[in-house]
Amino acid sequence: MLSGSLNGKQGEIRHQKGINVSLPLTKMIHSVFLINASGDIFLEKHWKSVVSRSVCDYFFEAQERATEPENVPPVIPTPHHYLISVLRHRIFFVAVIQSEVPPLFVIEFLHRVVDTFQDYFGVCTEAAIKDNVVVVYELLEEMLDNGFPLATESNILKELIKPPTILRTMVNTITGSTNVGEQLPTGQLSVVPWRRTGVKYTNNEAYFDVVEEIDAIIDKSGSTITAEIQGVIDACVKLTGMPDLTLSFMNPRLLDDVSFHPCVRFKRWEAERILSFIPPDGNFRLLSYHVSSQNLVAIPVYVKHNISFREGSFQGHFDLTLWPKQTMGKAVESVLVSSQLPRGVLNTNLSASQGIYTFDPVTKLLSWDVGKINPQKLPSLKGTMSLQAGASKPDENPTINIQFKIQQMAISGLKVNRLDMYGEKYKPFKGIKYMTKAGKFQVRT
Amino acid sequence: MTTMQKLLQLPVNAVNIVKTVQSQVQGQSQEEDKSPVLSPDGGQQTWYSALQPDELRHLRPGGSGGGGGGGGGGSSGGGDQDERATLDEGGGFQNQPLRHDDLKEMLDSNKDSSKLEAMKRIVAMIARGKNASDLFPAVVKNVACKNIEVKKLVYVYLVRYAEEQQDLALLSISTFQRGLKDPNQLIRASALRVLSSIRVTIIVPIMMLAIKEAASDMSPYVRKTAAHAIPKLYSLDPEQKDQLIEVIEKLLADKTTLVAGSVVMAFEEVCPERIDLIHKNYRKLCNLLIDVEEWGQVVIINMLTRYARTQFLNPNINESLLEEGGGGEKTFYGSEEDEDDEEEEKEKKSEAAALAKRKPYVMDPDHRLLLRNTKPLLQSRNAAVVMAVAQLYFHLAPKAEVGVIAKALVRLLRSHSEVQYVVLQNVATMTIKRRGMFEPYLKSFYIRSTDPTQIKVLKLEVLTNLANETNISTILREFQTYIKSMDKDFVAATIQAIGRCATNIGEVRDTCLNGLVQLLSNRDELVVAESVVVIKKLLQMQPEKHSDIIKHMAKLTDNIQVPMARASILWLIGEYCEHVPKIAPDVLRKMAKSFTNEEDIVKLQIINLAAKLYLTNSKQTKLLTQYVLNLAKYDQNYDIRDRARFIRQLIVPTEKCGALSKYAKKLFLALKPAPVLESPFKDRDHFQLGSLSHLLNAKAGGYQELPDWPEAAPDPSVRNVEVFALLERVTTLTSVPEWTKCSSREKRKEKKVEKPFYSDSEGESGPTESADSESDSASGSESGSGSEESGSGSESEESEEGSESEEEEEEEEGEEKDQKKKKNKEIKKPVQESESENSSEEEERKNERKRRQRKNDSESESEEEEDESESESSQSESEDSDSEAEVKKKKVKTAQTKPPPKPAKTDNKKGKKEMSLLDLDDFEPAPSPQVTPVNNFLSNSLVTDLEGLSLSDNVLSPATISPSSATKSYELLHRITGEGLSVEYCFSRQPFSPDANMVAVQIEFTNNTTNDTKNLHMEDVKLQSGMRVKEFPEIELLPAGETTTAVMGIDFCDSTQAANFQLCTHSRKFFVSIQPPVGELMRPVFLTENEFKKEQGQLMGMNEITEKLMLDVKCRNEHAIVQRVITAANLSRVPCGSDKECRFSGRTVTSSSLVLVTVASKEEGTAQLMVNCEKMVIGTMLVKDILLALTQ
Repeated sequence: MLSGSLNGKQGEIRHQKGINVSLPLTKMIHSVFLINASGDIFLEKHWKSVVSRSVCDYFFEAQERATEPENVPPVIPTPHHYLISVLRHRIFFVAVIQSEVPPLFVIEFLHRVVDTFQDYFGVCTEAAIKDNVVVVYELLEEMLDNGFPLATESNILKELIKPPTILRTMVNTITGSTNVGEQLPTGQLSVVPWRRTGVKYTNNEAYFDVVEEIDAIIDKSGSTITAEIQGVIDACVKLTGMPDLTLSFMNPRLLDDVSFHPCVRFKRWEAERILSFIPPDGNFRLLSYHVSSQNLVAIPVYVKHNISFREGSFQGHFDLTLWPKQTMGKAVESVLVSSQLPRGVLNTNLSASQGIYTFDPVTKLLSWDVGKINPQKLPSLKGTMSLQAGASKPDENPTINIQFKIQQMAISGLKVNRLDMYGEKYKPFKGIKYMTKAGKFQVRT
Repeated sequence: MTTMQKLLQLPVNAVNIVKTVQSQVQGQSQEEDKSPVLSPDGGQQTWYSALQPDELRHLRPGGSGGGGGGGGGGSSGGGDQDERATLDEGGGFQNQPLRHDDLKEMLDSNKDSSKLEAMKRIVAMIARGKNASDLFPAVVKNVACKNIEVKKLVYVYLVRYAEEQQDLALLSISTFQRGLKDPNQLIRASALRVLSSIRVTIIVPIMMLAIKEAASDMSPYVRKTAAHAIPKLYSLDPEQKDQLIEVIEKLLADKTTLVAGSVVMAFEEVCPERIDLIHKNYRKLCNLLIDVEEWGQVVIINMLTRYARTQFLNPNINESLLEEGGGGEKTFYGSEEDEDDEEEEKEKKSEAAALAKRKPYVMDPDHRLLLRNTKPLLQSRNAAVVMAVAQLYFHLAPKAEVGVIAKALVRLLRSHSEVQYVVLQNVATMTIKRRGMFEPYLKSFYIRSTDPTQIKVLKLEVLTNLANETNISTILREFQTYIKSMDKDFVAATIQAIGRCATNIGEVRDTCLNGLVQLLSNRDELVVAESVVVIKKLLQMQPEKHSDIIKHMAKLTDNIQVPMARASILWLIGEYCEHVPKIAPDVLRKMAKSFTNEEDIVKLQIINLAAKLYLTNSKQTKLLTQYVLNLAKYDQNYDIRDRARFIRQLIVPTEKCGALSKYAKKLFLALKPAPVLESPFKDRDHFQLGSLSHLLNAKAGGYQELPDWPEAAPDPSVRNVEVFALLERVTTLTSVPEWTKCSSREKRKEKKVEKPFYSDSEGESGPTESADSESDSASGSESGSGSEESGSGSESEESEEGSESEEEEEEEEGEEKDQKKKKNKEIKKPVQESESENSSEEEERKNERKRRQRKNDSESESEEEEDESESESSQSESEDSDSEAEVKKKKVKTAQTKPPPKPAKTDNKKGKKEMSLLDLDDFEPAPSPQVTPVNNFLSNSLVTDLEGLSLSDNVLSPATISPSSATKSYELLHRITGEGLSVEYCFSRQPFSPDANMVAVQIEFTNNTTNDTKNLHMEDVKLQSGMRVKEFPEIELLPAGETTTAVMGIDFCDSTQAANFQLCTHSRKFFVSIQPPVGELMRPVFLTENEFKKEQGQLMGMNEITEKLMLDVKCRNEHAIVQRVITAANLSRVPCGSDKECRFSGRTVTSSSLVLVTVASKEEGTAQLMVNCEKMVIGTMLVKDILLALTQ
């Protein structure tokens, strides 16, 4: 039935287009469908002639084959089209393309769309998109022209289409005014396309957050298999006019591999290791970096674990203790331990010396919200696990994932030296914050 | 719904209104969803409704009744149904048509707010894929609505439905046509955008016209939109291809970053095969690349990859030859050795061939340029850009340089899982060819339990590819952890990976085998089965050593149920029954028992086993075999029945067919080559990496094959461009202008090649002369390539190049004549002089006199055409006189078209008090109208003063010696964009009296309209940090047809960044920007030779930049050099004794840093340029500019 309707549809389109039998295949993005977790297409947008929704059936097939949503292949070929999808916030953003195009191009673009939605609506959920469907449509219309990205800089988009706020929605409803910018977006024409023109603030402030994440794999015996530090500098810059900023580091040599926001002058970095840029207005990611692997990574948290199953007793022993290490006197906070226990585990009977632990018998997910680690009184989680009667002892041991935060410290030792502003007269308020977090921090047992 | 109601609903969320209304509205179209035949978006329905909307309305309820049971079109799931339910409760069906009427009413109302409301609902319908086509007439009326948002939403609607309602859509066209003429570039652009998005075939000619017009629009933004429109039109009507290619060609020549990405996209869609269009734009694209927006970068890089593959030589030509035969990584088994020998032979041959050619590989500088300019983009935040650069390096870079991409790719692994997925696929392909590149990052591919399975499998693939003797132990240890994973698919993949490691690395084969055998006792059957399959493959390599493993596996048949594994075991036992003579028959016995319950694949192997045993051990197994064959004879599967019949005939000798049974043993027990466990990514790199086709490992529609490297490089001179084009620098903020460095190198190179044509000795006839110049050119370019690490191509090519550039020279000359007469005039002059300098001074004077005389003679004649075959001297003379005539003409013109300078001056005097500047006007004898003369007078006179000693041409008319073009004037506002107001500016080189740190910019306003322009002033100055501007005083009135000048000061802060501001009249505002050439950022200072040398001594090392150059033929004497340098930069000459050295000095305007320039000319037109400047950036840029000035 479906395929029948599909063919009918395509015949229809061909017919409408007229005599040309072999139309040139157009590159780039043809259409985008948004699909929610339960498999409904709740939004569609076409940039060229309409592609029937039924093309998504191929996607649903692939979704069925994949056991987990994240295992749906990002690229699915169908007889006439290719579907490229990304999964964000439990929504599949499916782009339909007709011919050869770099897949990353489409993927990167879809992610940019999601980022923009998030930027506009605070969250990118199905409800938020449905509530703001007109804004979403206007955004998509501006972001792509004929399937080729046109305006993807959030500063330009905000000039074109004002983000909805409660107040503005109210005012618009009463007065019938619009959320489409009255002014023509001059940003698109300027040499600084990422910055809005005519920015004005009463309080001029620039905040920079240096956030480092530790990715690590610790093996059974506690030795580090791999550990690396990835960092980002997120900025929130609210400065009037056209400020030109330079940010320098005390120890720029630490940075091994960097990627920049387009505003950063690359040559200056190459020559002087100074970040020189005219910032976009508002929030943006200035820089992401990787700390060179020559530097040994200090692991701030260690885990002593003893998880064992005895043959024949249908009982398992569980013992976990955390202790902080190499934190330079800073407290390790918001510690969250989670572990996927083997399928054979029926339930757990554990006691935590601090924090709350939960075990979901269906998903077998154990999570322990530890909170802050007090070095004097180490948090521990002990007890037994009950196994399915008759089942043999699971031969796999669970992996423990740990999340934590350490405020006021960049674990790599990176330090910002100074921030200078040129081009404007006023004196801005400058702030810098350091934080270390766990990235993908795993302990194998 | 009243306003009151709206207000009441607001707290929940205003959008709820939209939602409810939306769902009400949608009722109508939702019925369509229920129809089993129609797809949910109801395209077919619209087709009907376009024809007969009224009738349809009656039909609908019936249709929904009939189709209701169908339950929607598959994809529309629960959410829609819920809504439908609520709708039904609301009893909306009867009212549906009215609801749409409601919307129509709202659209017809004259209140913008209700129109907007209606449009919002309609757009919401479209967004959900509901049909709103019957509203087309009502909507299209609003296309000219004043309200911007209504307009935009109408556009959205129009673009969506125009295709279906072509006739009605035509109503809107005139609105867009009007928009195309709008003075505002953004409105022009948006009109073109919508017009080109309407897929209505009738308007193809209109679109074509609009695109052509927009392609030559003043605004780069409109041109960008034109580039976007090209593929749209092409997909609508492919017959327009030829015309569109013309437009593309034109837009490719565009120099703005804004246009570059879009036009290359258009190129890729319309005519990717026309690689020849790229030649002339290649260098420009390379240089602009870093400033193009990120999406454009991806497209350009991919295109340039293809381009480079057709134009340059394989940089790895030597290595790839070695690699293929000698790699030896896969040559473990004897069976391959033969092949290897063959390959080696091949290799030898090709190597011999390569030797015969005796062509050491030298990279084309353009190839180098591409690599150099794309490298910084590895730092992009955009994964697609990074990938594009990575694939470019992989396909184009010399092996030693490819490594740089590894780090960037590994960085992408931190990104979203979809990005990881694509990157890992590409890394997997790369690791096969270039393993070493990713080896340092081995640990980045370690697998975490939280990775999605598809990522795990890909990482595993990479790890396997990276495995070698040194790291195999770590990798195996890592694999051991993976085997314990809960993700069984992943475990299976790991076992496969172990198998591959074992086949590839001989040292660990036994370890792996033992490990795998241990896995045979795993509880998970899948794991065991996978192990069996892998073990089978491994054992095939050395069966004799491992009979105990085979025995062990034979035991497994009792437990393992996975068919593939059972089949594998049986095959293994059959194949190596001689190693396990006792067990094999027993296994067959067991299998015979369970034969009927086995899977087909197992049954086939049982038959196989039986046959083999029968052949080797017929005594024990004869009966068993017959039993099995009998069972198989009546099997349900015809494959099995066939096989049984075939085997019976083959192995059991009968009278009928004894012929083959003799060979039965050979047939069954032949030595079988071990399977090669290969990566599925092997040879995937014949697809361009990063492409969709590569990812799918199948050619996607529209994929452009990555061409093979050419055997011999095509002529590189096709990429040569007129240097003038390159001169116009486009600098934006993101790049310090240093990027031009490379291009200037290229340019230099180019020039060196061209130069010798000019260097023909006197008396020889013009540039068409060939024999001499060819050898000259070769030597010239050789010396050039010597100074650089990467020279040009081979010698043989060079001569080709030479002759090519010759032609080009001619072209250029032609063009020069056409367009740059003025320039020509100046360039030609020094030639003569340089020639005359070769002779003695006396002779020179004589010549001079003669020339002047002749000039006077020829002045009287009409000299419109030039004869190429004329002798050099006479040619130049004629040109002289030509230019003279030209000047005269211009004089006349100025007299006609413009008010004479004096009245203008008095005007100015009235307006403001720039006395000092304007007074000098009176002295200005140069008649050239474009030039604001003032300034050069000073530098001019200085030059002439200084040169007075050596040259006697003080007497000459000022036009000949004055570097009148020194003050080149630049366009600030074109007459058309400025709506009749045209503005030009030049750097007057006068000290700016209000502020010594500012550069004086003289601005000339011309009012070409018939109305007066009032209140000319500037506003909204946007500057880079540290820059300052002193605005020019407001010009209150500029009468129609009048011209006036004003002077403003800009402190450029010693940078070449542009000063942007708005130029305002009483009615309009224009965005303009002034960008200084670096030479204008300084003021002359007078130094003595000693002072100069002293200062120079203090500016050594980093502050000194030296470049060798080949002087332009017309610029071989001191005078010409001085003139050109001073034209290029606002410097003063330092007197010196030697005429081989010219020195110049100046200070930067803002920071007063010294700028010292030395040009030392040597024999045969070579010279050395040295710039000493504290400001290194200024120094480098100045070097470039002066180089250009001297070599052109």
